[in-house]
Amino acid sequence: MIPVREPLPGRTKLEIRGLHMTFRTEENDVAVLEDIALGVREGEFVCILGPSGCGKSTLLNIVAGFLTPTSGSVRIDGEEVRGPDPRRIFVFQERGVFPWLTVEGNIGFGLGRLPPGERERRIAHYVRLVGLEGFEKAYPHELSGGMKQRVEVARALAVDPDVLFLDEPFGALDSITRLVMRGELLRIWQAEQKTILFVTHDIEESVQLADRVVVMTARPARIRRIVPIDLPHPRDLSSRRYLELRDGIFEEIGLAHKI
Amino acid sequence: MNAKETRPTSRTRWLPSRFLPFTGVVALLVAWDLAIRFGRVPLLPGPLAVARAIAELAQKGFLLKHVVASLFRVTWGYLLAVSIGVPLGILLAWYRRGGLALAPLVEIVRPISALAWIPLAILWFGVGDLSSVFIIFVASVFPLTIAAMSAVGGVSSIHWNAGRNFGLSAAQIARQVLLPAILPRLLVGLRLALGIAWLVVVAAEMIAVNSGLGFLIIDARNAGNRYDLVVAGMVLIGTIGLALDAAMRRIERLPALRWGYADSAREAA
Repeated sequence: MIPVREPLPGRTKLEIRGLHMTFRTEENDVAVLEDIALGVREGEFVCILGPSGCGKSTLLNIVAGFLTPTSGSVRIDGEEVRGPDPRRIFVFQERGVFPWLTVEGNIGFGLGRLPPGERERRIAHYVRLVGLEGFEKAYPHELSGGMKQRVEVARALAVDPDVLFLDEPFGALDSITRLVMRGELLRIWQAEQKTILFVTHDIEESVQLADRVVVMTARPARIRRIVPIDLPHPRDLSSRRYLELRDGIFEEIGLAHKI
Repeated sequence: MNAKETRPTSRTRWLPSRFLPFTGVVALLVAWDLAIRFGRVPLLPGPLAVARAIAELAQKGFLLKHVVASLFRVTWGYLLAVSIGVPLGILLAWYRRGGLALAPLVEIVRPISALAWIPLAILWFGVGDLSSVFIIFVASVFPLTIAAMSAVGGVSSIHWNAGRNFGLSAAQIARQVLLPAILPRLLVGLRLALGIAWLVVVAAEMIAVNSGLGFLIIDARNAGNRYDLVVAGMVLIGTIGLALDAAMRRIERLPALRWGYADSAREAA
């Protein structure tokens, strides 16, 4: 059993209540999400973990305002979410970069309202932050998958949102790049104090990154369990506590940790 | 193992590949010439006679006149088709209900050959340039509408959502997401439609106009069976069509568009 720790004090940033989602098709109704309730504190890093196709991406799309739930509500800062908003940016897999814009153009995409000087300064800052100096004029098709993913993260950060939604952002990357990107995301999260909701199907990834891991069931997705990860950063991936937490979730999902 | 065996493609070929596109043309010219000389093929001028006919046209100043006249009609018919067909296609795809209502209509009118419109064109616009321009317009407007519709349909929902997420207005999304996203596909449609517009120039110029390459072909046949001039007109149409296509392909290579043609970009690299 995993010991459940009391939630940390802190202001609630995002609150999901009694959320249901059913997709109506011609033949039948498909229940995707059932009775989801979750509170996320300001500055918290929460991973939503579940098997592929369980509905966790649907949940993230609802929270971001791209989809309207069948019933229930999502509140951010006490305000009901009615659509997408530049204060909360959704990071897709690297497919979200605009292929017709250069690295600079992509990062500056949400900065149209700023005066040109300020815009340039911000673009330069975030190009540096994600380590893409020298690639400002490059087009996405000239970049690797990891670099494209950095462009997308930089584009999201450049508009200074309070919340970031990440939908399996590193899923398409090779395992080495994935580890590097996780480290960079943590560094950025600590430097910029964002609230992060991160969807993944990778147990290790969730335990490496999150303050709390929300474990979902298969479809229709419910919250099976919420696991607080009481490990300080940087996390030692061979420490007893890390392995204990990881194996606890493996068991929770019903997977023997053997091949 | 020697280098020749491991890398057979690096062998020096007797003909560099940049000359390959010309081999078909040269082979045809040689075969054509031989057929005329030895085969006694009736009623077809040989390549030299056609070359002389083109030189004759150039000398008398007709070459430029006919080419410019044809390009003029095609330009107007095509530009008109672009300025109506492309926005129409975008609107039909954007407003899905409008598309559902009107798309079948487009599909019914589209397969009607431009030639079938000639009688109506004469009835509406009389005999002259306007009718020719109309024929070219009718031939190219529907392929453009369809191309624009399918280009909009091909825009990734992720890009729509990203545009909405950054707080853009509908007009800004149209300009900053929709237009750049559809441009590569649209350009393929524009190139194919230009080919069609040029294809019907002969038919369009059969309507008693007195200039243009189409007119040249009809007139050379009617006024004295000058088949060397007929074939000269055909050669000129083919050559100019090739040049138009090449020009459109150059536009597709622009860096901001190249992403849409990943395969050809990889070939070029």
